[in-house]
Amino acid sequence: MPTIEVNGKSYETDEEGYLINLGEWNEDVGAYLAIEEKVEMTPSHWEVVNFLREYYNDYQIAPAIRVLTKAIGKKLGAEKGNSKYLYELFPYGPAKQACKIAGLPKPTGCI
Amino acid sequence: MAAPKFEIPTLKEVSEVPRVQEGAMAHVQSFVAAAPIQQAIGFPGELVENWEQKAIEKMGDLLGKYRSFKVYLDACVHCGACTDKCHYFLGTGDPNNMPVARQELVRKVYRRHFTFAGKYFPKLVGAVDLTKDVLDKWYTYYNQCSECRRCSVFCPYGIDTAEITMAAKEILDSIGYGQKYTNEIVGKVQRIGNNLGLPGPALEDTLEGLEEDIEADTGVKVRLPLDQKGAEVLLVTPSADFFSEPHVESLIGYAKVFHAAGVSWTLSSHASEAGNFGLFIGNYETMRNIALRIREAALELGVKRIIVGECGHAWRVAYSFWNTLAGIGAGANDPFAVELQQQLDPRYPAPQHICEFTYDLLKRGVIKVDKSANDHRVITYHDSCNVARASRMGDMPGGQFVIPREVIKMVANNFQDMEADTIHESTFCCGGGGGLLTDDLMELRVKGALPRMEALKRVVDGQQVNFMATICAICKAQFSKVLPYYGFDMGMVGGVHQLVSTAIQLEQKE
Repeated sequence: MPTIEVNGKSYETDEEGYLINLGEWNEDVGAYLAIEEKVEMTPSHWEVVNFLREYYNDYQIAPAIRVLTKAIGKKLGAEKGNSKYLYELFPYGPAKQACKIAGLPKPTGCI
Repeated sequence: MAAPKFEIPTLKEVSEVPRVQEGAMAHVQSFVAAAPIQQAIGFPGELVENWEQKAIEKMGDLLGKYRSFKVYLDACVHCGACTDKCHYFLGTGDPNNMPVARQELVRKVYRRHFTFAGKYFPKLVGAVDLTKDVLDKWYTYYNQCSECRRCSVFCPYGIDTAEITMAAKEILDSIGYGQKYTNEIVGKVQRIGNNLGLPGPALEDTLEGLEEDIEADTGVKVRLPLDQKGAEVLLVTPSADFFSEPHVESLIGYAKVFHAAGVSWTLSSHASEAGNFGLFIGNYETMRNIALRIREAALELGVKRIIVGECGHAWRVAYSFWNTLAGIGAGANDPFAVELQQQLDPRYPAPQHICEFTYDLLKRGVIKVDKSANDHRVITYHDSCNVARASRMGDMPGGQFVIPREVIKMVANNFQDMEADTIHESTFCCGGGGGLLTDDLMELRVKGALPRMEALKRVVDGQQVNFMATICAICKAQFSKVLPYYGFDMGMVGGVHQLVSTAIQLEQKE
C-alpha cells in the first residue's frame, strides 16, 4: 500500500492517493492532499470539504452533484450554488478531487 | 491527480490513418485489482501460482462453452479490413490497437495449444506459449479495447473482437489478474445495488432534493418515487443519473415524461443500477447476478412494465440478454421467470427503452412540448456503441438509430447529423466504454476520443452545432471529461431526455 507522510505520521492511501481510513483524516492531511492536487485551499474550498465529510458521515457516500450545489448555494450564496463554481474550486471535478482532499473514497461508476 | 502528461492529438480537417508507432501505448496500464476486490466477486486475489496452466484450462473451458469464441479465433484470414477502424488505433498509432493484432495476442496462444499445426510446428504458424510477457500484453491491450464492435462491422467474416476481449478478461480474472475499476464496481453493485455504492437513504435524500428542484424550476410538483409498490412502471437507470451532471438532467426528463403522461412509476433501491459491468468482463455469473436484482425488484414491487433509462451497455444486456438471464421477456423458464412473465403486461415490450416510451407518447400527442425552448441549441446525436451495434428499438430495423433522433426532432428545431461514416452502425466509441472509464486510463480515453472529436468539430464549424446528445452514462461522463482537452465546453454533451426536459409542457396534477 502506498503511504503519505504528514507531520511525521504516515497514512495509507490507495493506488490513486485516496486515503484508506476515513477516520484518520485531519485538516493537515487535507491540506497535504490539496497541495498534491495543486489546489490552493481557501475558506470556500474548506466549506465544500467539510460538507462532503458531514454528508458522508450521514449517508456513507459523497453527495450527488445537485445535493452539493444546493448545500453550497445555501452556505456561500445562491450565485455559487452551481457546478461551474465547484469546477472553479476543484478543476478536476468536485466529485473526485474534492472527495480526495476530504479523505473520502473515490466515487465509482459511470461518472 | 494532477493532469497526466501526454500529447493531445490535433483535430484534422480530414481524418487520417496515423503512422504505426510500435509500443506507443505499452506504458498505459490500468490499475490491477487488489485481493479484496477480486475475492469479493469470486476471483483469486492475486496471480495464481500455476497461472499458465490455469489460463489454458480456462481457455479450453470457454472454447467448449462458446462456439462463437472458437469460430472467431479460427476464421480470421488477416485481411486487414479492421486495422484502421478502431478509435484507439486511430488515436494512438499503436499497432496492438489494431483489432486484428489485439485478437492475435490470444489467437497465437490458442493456436499453440488447440490446433494441430500450433502444437507441433509452432514457429511455422506463429503460435507462442503463454509467457508472463504475453500475459502482461493481454492485460495491457485487452484493457485498451472498449468492446465497441466497430471493427466487427467492417470484418468480412463478422468476427466480434469484443467477444475475444471479454474472453481474455474472463481468463485474466480467473487467474487473479483483474482490473480494479471494473471489478470494484461489479462488487459494489452486488453489495449495495448500484455502481456508485449509493445506499437507499442517500438515494431517497437525493430524489427528494430533485423534486424540490423541479418544483422550484417549473412550479409543478413532479415526483421521483422510490420503492413504490403497485406502480405501473419500474424504471431502471444508471446510478450516474442520480449523481452527476449532465446525467441528472435526463433523470429529471424521465420524471417529467411520466408526470405528463400520467403513468405511475417507481425507482427501486434494490435495483438502482441499469449498468451491468459483468458484460465487460465476459463473466456470465456476475452478469446474471446483477440482472437478477432487477427481476427481484420487479416481483417485489409488482410492476407491469420495466423501462430502461439512458445507458448504452445496459440496453444491450436488457434487450439481448435479460430474457434468458432474468426472465424479463420470454425465454427463461424457472418459476420466478414464469411468475414475472405472467405479471408483466404483454401489450408492451419487455424491457422497453425510455426513448421508445417517450417517442410513442410524443407521436400520439399525449405529452405536449414547446420546441422553441430548445432554440438556443443546434443538436447532433452521438450513437452509443452498444445501442447502435448490439440492440434495437421499436419494431423496425434501425429503430435504435431512428427513434432517439425522432425524439430529438420532436422536441427541438435544430438537428444536424455528423458524417455518415461516424454515425449509426459506423459510430465511433466515445473512448471510455467497456470498463475503461477510469482516471488511470486518461491518456487512452483522450486519444481514443479523437475520431469522434474530429467528426464533432466538422459539424461545430460547418453547422454551428453546440450540443451533442447521447443516451449512455459512460458517453456522457467520458465526453464531459475529454471535450475540454479538444477545446470544447464540457457542457456540450447531454442526454436526449435533457432536451425533452427543456421542451416538455407540464400541468399540475394531484
